[in-house]
Amino acid sequence: MIKDFLKGLWRENPIFVQVLGTCPTLAVTTKALFGLSMGLATMFVVICSSVTISIIKKLVPGQVRIAMFTVIIALFVTAADYFLKANFFEISKALGPYVPLIVVNCLILGRAEAFASKNGVLRSFWDAFGMGMGFTCALIAMGSVREILGAGTIFGFRVMWHDFTTWTVMALPAGAFITFGLFVGLFKMIDKRICEEKEKQV
Amino acid sequence: MVLKAIRSIVTSNFVKMAAALGIVSGLSGAALVYVYNYSLPKIEVNIAADTERAIKSIFPEVLEIKPGVEKDIFEVLDTDKNILGYAFLAEGSGYQGVIKLIVGVSPDVETMKGFEVIESQETPGLGAEITTDKFRGQFKALGLAHAIEYVKGQKPTMPYQIEAITGATISSRAVVNMLNSKISRVRELLFKKAAEEQKI
Repeated sequence: MIKDFLKGLWRENPIFVQVLGTCPTLAVTTKALFGLSMGLATMFVVICSSVTISIIKKLVPGQVRIAMFTVIIALFVTAADYFLKANFFEISKALGPYVPLIVVNCLILGRAEAFASKNGVLRSFWDAFGMGMGFTCALIAMGSVREILGAGTIFGFRVMWHDFTTWTVMALPAGAFITFGLFVGLFKMIDKRICEEKEKQV
Repeated sequence: MVLKAIRSIVTSNFVKMAAALGIVSGLSGAALVYVYNYSLPKIEVNIAADTERAIKSIFPEVLEIKPGVEKDIFEVLDTDKNILGYAFLAEGSGYQGVIKLIVGVSPDVETMKGFEVIESQETPGLGAEITTDKFRGQFKALGLAHAIEYVKGQKPTMPYQIEAITGATISSRAVVNMLNSKISRVRELLFKKAAEEQKI
């Protein structure tokens, strides 16, 4: 079970390894706070839908399972959207259409199809939790880098020196792609090192 | 024969699929009704607070905001119940997504008091400059006898002109067009109301 959780954080990290859900990754990570809120919203949706789907998996006719998964995912996404609008209005305005668009985040449908529809409730929960956690951490990492360089702050606190020239490009889509590429490369590099270490030991 | 056919249809996969989808959709819908009922009043409070904050920053001396001739048009009154002007919501498409503004005008709709951006997804560093004082300041006390126009890369020569943001003409044009169309609509509504009041 702990394995189900951990694989989402590193070995099967949804963003940097599986490269799923890149649309919100690139679009909302201009600030660390937006990355965090988007990550939490997605985590809520992936946990709720995975658990629900693994409960009803025996009752789902195979031919319509995708349609059914989508309805269930849409339910939780809409709930998350209304919750944000009601309680975190500013964040919801900043995230704009990307909260409703969680419905089409392939990370969530992917977990439903590949894991929750084949495994028990508890394992599905841990799997979804790990994936959500991995997604959130990745978004925060992207958001932090882009916010530090693009605005000189992190979570709204100034960390760079006073007359730091902000790199506007980091707040633009181009900066998202640059950051994303560097992170994917970093992941691959560290992963390779780990593999080499293991081989040496053998 | 017929009965057999009907039975085979009812027990077929088709009916099972339809029933399963129907039940899941129905339950989801019912659950959403609860979420909606819980959050709607809160969302309305948030939007109202946002609007009020914007109006207060355009009319600092405001005391009372009254609903006006139409939804999203407000009468702004001061401590002595004198009318300071009108505030209203203007929205339209920007470069990316919708731009929403709260606009303030004088009571005779002849002078602009300014505007506040309450929602926009314009490009940081370019279109997002519509929220800066530098751009918005140009609209303070702008005469409205003529439709607002924008000029590019030069200082405005006419009193009804403003300078567009360099590299963000689309966002600047969107704001100007939104203002022009909504201001003429508000003026029309107010004149109609005044005319009706005179008749009585």
